[in-house]
Amino acid sequence: MTTSAFACLLVFSLIGYVWNRQAATAIRKDGARLHSLVGFHGAYSLLVVLVPALVVILLWLLLQGPVIDALLKSGLTSRLDGLGTGEVQLIVAEIKSIARGVVFGTPEPWKVDAAQHLVTLQMRAGQLLLVVVAAMSLALVVVSRRKVSAEFRARHGVERIISGLMIFCSVVAVFVTIGIVASLMFETSKFFAKVSFVEFLFGTNWEPQIPLREDQVAAEGAFGWLPVMLGTLVITVIALVIAVPVGLMSAIYLNEFAPRKFRAVAKPLLEILAGVPTVVYGFFAILVVAPAIRNFGQSLGLDVSPNTALAAGGVMGVMLIPFISSFADDALSAVPQSLRDGALGLGATRAEMMTGVLFPAAIPGIVGGVLLAVSRAIGETMIVVMAAGLIAKMTMNPLDSVTTVTVQIVTLLIGDTSFDNPKTLAAFALGMMLFIVTLIINIFALRIVRKYREAYD
Amino acid sequence: MTDLSSQSARSHLNRRNRHQTMIKGFGMAAIGFAALMLFILVSSLVSSGYKAFTQTHVTVEVFVDPAEIKPERLPRGGFDDVLLASLKTYFPEVSGRADEKALEGIFSNGAQFTLRDRIVADPSLIGQSITITVPTSDPFDQLAKDLVKRDTPEAQRRVSDREIGWFDTLDKAGAISEPLNWGLISNTDSRFPELAGLKGALMGSFWALLVCFVISFPLGIGAAIYLEEFAPRNRLSDFIEVNINNLAAVPSVVFGLLALAVFIGWMGMPRSAPLVGGMTLALMTLPTIIIATRAALKAVPPSIREAALGVGASKHQVVFGHVLPLAMPGILTGTIIGLAQALGETAPLLLIGMNAFITSAPDSPLDSATALPTQIFIWADSPERGFVSRTSAAILVLLTFLITMNAIAIYLRSKFERKW
Repeated sequence: MTTSAFACLLVFSLIGYVWNRQAATAIRKDGARLHSLVGFHGAYSLLVVLVPALVVILLWLLLQGPVIDALLKSGLTSRLDGLGTGEVQLIVAEIKSIARGVVFGTPEPWKVDAAQHLVTLQMRAGQLLLVVVAAMSLALVVVSRRKVSAEFRARHGVERIISGLMIFCSVVAVFVTIGIVASLMFETSKFFAKVSFVEFLFGTNWEPQIPLREDQVAAEGAFGWLPVMLGTLVITVIALVIAVPVGLMSAIYLNEFAPRKFRAVAKPLLEILAGVPTVVYGFFAILVVAPAIRNFGQSLGLDVSPNTALAAGGVMGVMLIPFISSFADDALSAVPQSLRDGALGLGATRAEMMTGVLFPAAIPGIVGGVLLAVSRAIGETMIVVMAAGLIAKMTMNPLDSVTTVTVQIVTLLIGDTSFDNPKTLAAFALGMMLFIVTLIINIFALRIVRKYREAYD
Repeated sequence: MTDLSSQSARSHLNRRNRHQTMIKGFGMAAIGFAALMLFILVSSLVSSGYKAFTQTHVTVEVFVDPAEIKPERLPRGGFDDVLLASLKTYFPEVSGRADEKALEGIFSNGAQFTLRDRIVADPSLIGQSITITVPTSDPFDQLAKDLVKRDTPEAQRRVSDREIGWFDTLDKAGAISEPLNWGLISNTDSRFPELAGLKGALMGSFWALLVCFVISFPLGIGAAIYLEEFAPRNRLSDFIEVNINNLAAVPSVVFGLLALAVFIGWMGMPRSAPLVGGMTLALMTLPTIIIATRAALKAVPPSIREAALGVGASKHQVVFGHVLPLAMPGILTGTIIGLAQALGETAPLLLIGMNAFITSAPDSPLDSATALPTQIFIWADSPERGFVSRTSAAILVLLTFLITMNAIAIYLRSKFERKW
């Protein structure tokens, strides 16, 4: 049904295009001077039909599911009364699978009836959509056809519609941000209704296990995010200890000392390192790096955990090398030539020119790049999910296993759908903290980078 | 006036030159470190992954016994017993349920289904002898590839001495072969490493990227054109710009949370569907495309715009008729790079459930599926030994796609880039 609605929409808009275009051509043949080219008359009709009908179809598809669910449930009030949300969801899911023709065992007759009802509802919705779209398109085709005249400013109309569409496109990015903030806030507020804000912010115990059933004996669950944050910090620091010196030194060498040919090879090589997906780095960490570190540590008589923070942090550092080096390279290149010439003219060696003049002048840009790398490291997920630990400990020992905010988000949410227990909601609270921290760092970093760029322009 | 040839001046100069050599040395060491890491990364993946591109097969003569397989009972029948009987022609001494079970373990679990499919397709084979080539099970595959060392003590090995003896006998009889492992591409996921393939993941990634492209390409270009060519410079457009830049730096897992809460929780879209995955990836790719498109539009010189305006074109006609076509190569390059990033993205797909165990390839973006990177994650987490090399092989497949996409982008850029 949806496909035929789209097809219907397409056909009507094309009819509108051809019809208006022919009408305009006829007017021009009669000797009148048209304001707009005939193509614009056609395009006007096309857009007038296409845009509103498309909006209707998309909104319809968006709302159809929830509305049909509500109708289905309202037909079953006598059966569903007094049941928990989880049970209701289960029954609805079962009815839906019966409606799709997937039947396990012999379902109760009222469920079969409900499935029948659901199928009818879905068919009605599809038919209704088709009728609405067809009627609307037809009306719009007729309306736009009646506008065709020599004086009609079809081009202006087309341009207005296109401008509107483009404004919509640019606002989507804002909507995405609003969507992120709103969804995180909504779920987080539900979380803080169950767990106190102070406990989350200052608690030093993170054990998000909760009893699944009422009678189950299990830990109550503790939601203090400090150990998780500490683990994130440990891994971030390890990553930066590797990425910052290596990235900066390679940028300095490439920018000032490397022969042109060497630079042409080395720079793409570094960029390959940036293009490798993080899941690949994660596998690299567990396949090669973690065993290597463990063996090396054991040969020194150290007790190294199998998923030591060094492995995850070290591999993350390798991932960030190209990030820092390209930012530093850009910052160094942005320093005006006159500063270089001045330093060299005073008799400085090139190394002195670099460390004494270029590097200090480029510091703001470099700091911005490092800050962006910090936010990348905090938000990086796959490497730590695969190579770091799951248990939150208050430790700063890099040989130990630590966990991070992103690891907890992923492990809390994998395979869990219900949003009504503190365990899943905790993931959203962590996500909120992650978003806020990275946002602050990003805004700060982008401001530094931008301000610095303006200084020499 | 210092004497430049004096001892102190010379030693000072030497010190300064040493300083320079040291800095250069550090720089080269840093680049060397990065290159070494890249080398270790690639070589470890290749050395563990290349073995998964072949698969050990065993070829046996099977007598399709009408006593075990009856035409009227198809597709049911004692296919495993028939297969076992074919092996027992080599090893008549094996008897007893436990030993027969062990002998049967040479075959992959999927062998009986291969045989079943052949006989169901052509029931006239019942009563005849047919030759069939099927994968061996994972331990024997590892043995054939020398991943199970024969000199390790038997207790620490996954195959016993007796099983090695069987395998060697079969090998001497010419029944063992190691053809290219097309199953890696044409099979879907499986619990058994020797049967697991990437078809479902490839299809899932394809659908997700298609959805991602269909959404993010028009939206991105529309936004970029508006912001670059039409938007008045005011607070609102500044705000939108800051917003887009920040969106590009939001951690990917947060997009997964958004998708989970809005697309799945609120709109009730299906979990594990490439449609939802594609929509999530589209939101992440959007900033990349917008930034690339704006750069490409900026690179078109103003003289083009002025010339078109001068002969009476409207602002829209200038942009859509002249500027946009000239900027298209740059836009496409940026889009392909954005899609390549989206192809390697894993974390948001995990949150929307694209890491489920699914044994059929998706036919539409609404079916449950995995994607290439999430499949890698699943296999990396699997305990079976055979999945280690499968994971590396899957990574090599993913990297091949990424390299191809980036190569196309570089080609487009070098071919159509114009210097004004």
